[in-house]
Amino acid sequence: MLKAYYHLLIRDLRLALRSRHELANPLIFFVLVVTLFPLAVTPTPDALQTMAPGVIWVSALLAVLLSLDRLFKLDYEDGSLDQLMLSPNPLMILVLAKVTAHWFLTGLPLVIIAPLLGIFMSLPAEAVIVLIYSLLLGTPVLSLVGAIGVSLTVAVNRGGVLLSLIILPLYIPILIFGANAVDVAADGLPVTGQLLFLGAVLALALSLAPLATSVALRITASR
Amino acid sequence: MWHWIQRFSSPKHFYGMSAPLIKWFSVSALLLGVYGLYLGLFVAPTDYQQGESYRIIFIHVPAAWMSMFVYMVMAVSSGIGIIWQIRLADMVAAASAPIGASFAFVALVTGSLWGKPMWGAYWVWDARLTSELILLFLYLGYMALQSAIEDQRSADKASGLLAIVGVVNIPIIHYSVEWWNTLHQGATVTKFDKPSMHIDMLIPLLLMAVAFKLFYAALVLVRTRNEALYRDRNRRWVRELVERL
Repeated sequence: MLKAYYHLLIRDLRLALRSRHELANPLIFFVLVVTLFPLAVTPTPDALQTMAPGVIWVSALLAVLLSLDRLFKLDYEDGSLDQLMLSPNPLMILVLAKVTAHWFLTGLPLVIIAPLLGIFMSLPAEAVIVLIYSLLLGTPVLSLVGAIGVSLTVAVNRGGVLLSLIILPLYIPILIFGANAVDVAADGLPVTGQLLFLGAVLALALSLAPLATSVALRITASR
Repeated sequence: MWHWIQRFSSPKHFYGMSAPLIKWFSVSALLLGVYGLYLGLFVAPTDYQQGESYRIIFIHVPAAWMSMFVYMVMAVSSGIGIIWQIRLADMVAAASAPIGASFAFVALVTGSLWGKPMWGAYWVWDARLTSELILLFLYLGYMALQSAIEDQRSADKASGLLAIVGVVNIPIIHYSVEWWNTLHQGATVTKFDKPSMHIDMLIPLLLMAVAFKLFYAALVLVRTRNEALYRDRNRRWVRELVERL
């Protein structure tokens, strides 16, 4: 079982690394969207600092949302998804491997680039550290919950808008606590509560989302 | 027992059985609703703080309750549909979604109408209004997914799973939004405590709540019947029904 997890993870990472240009797209999108806000609103440091947590978090959320498509789409189109479902390994584990790969390819790069954006938006250093922590806890949940949505819409033609319609409401708690943690940290207050909440949601999503995703995949495949 | 459930829940049997129920539900909903509105609009005392404008709660609160109740009905019947493959349950879930969305919409509109004199603005990012809005989005997502998938059975199963995921998420969403911001007046009707509301206001409110429930029951039966006729349009029992007309 662990072996299956490991091999699928390696396979997905290897496949993604073979098309490097695609890999950078969500990251560029993330930076680009954040850049739009100082241009659209105002570049004064004070104003930037108040909106920074929300802007960075919303952009990260949209970047993950746009990249969710590649979680199952290619495998669905070339039939390897059906092969995965036929394998004797529990589908939950395989789903978890694919989600882990997705997080390594989109969530983690977002976490790494986030400090740069924190500097762009003139966030104080403590807040940047909390931003990293909150993204580190929050982005896996975005991938996990997103996987449920993708597995339901992967067979639908032009499912992109539909996916955001069904997934965005479910992302709201993460957004609230993630952005609030950064906001509170910028004011120099403790943020343990928010980070603990994000951790709790991560634990919940980690245990339930793969289950829901595998049920959803079987529904999609039975079509 | 199993056999009995199977037969009882067949669309054909349901179609025959539901016709008289609709009549009873709608008549009693109408009577209770008219009486409740009369008590609420004319008999109940004026609020010492909010004046006459509080009277919108006799629509607002039952609609908000129903919007949550209908989502639960949807999720439970979707679960029954997925686990035991009972087609009628899927039909009830699909028929409930637009009704629930309408209740959520009514709750939002009445809430913002009440907000204008009370908070001075039609829309305030108050916790409960916001979670009601998110609930409306959940309904819209469910309906969008339901209509995007052409094959009826997988559309039911896929949107049913979404409803169940939504039910797991609703408490999380609700409490995170509550924690995020609250302006809304606290709950005034609770089961475990003595309600902090005058009895003359409480009675019409409860009457309206029951009226809304009965109204929903009648409506969901009508819609489920339509759904059954449409989905079974090529089956014999529907054909026979049409020929008899």
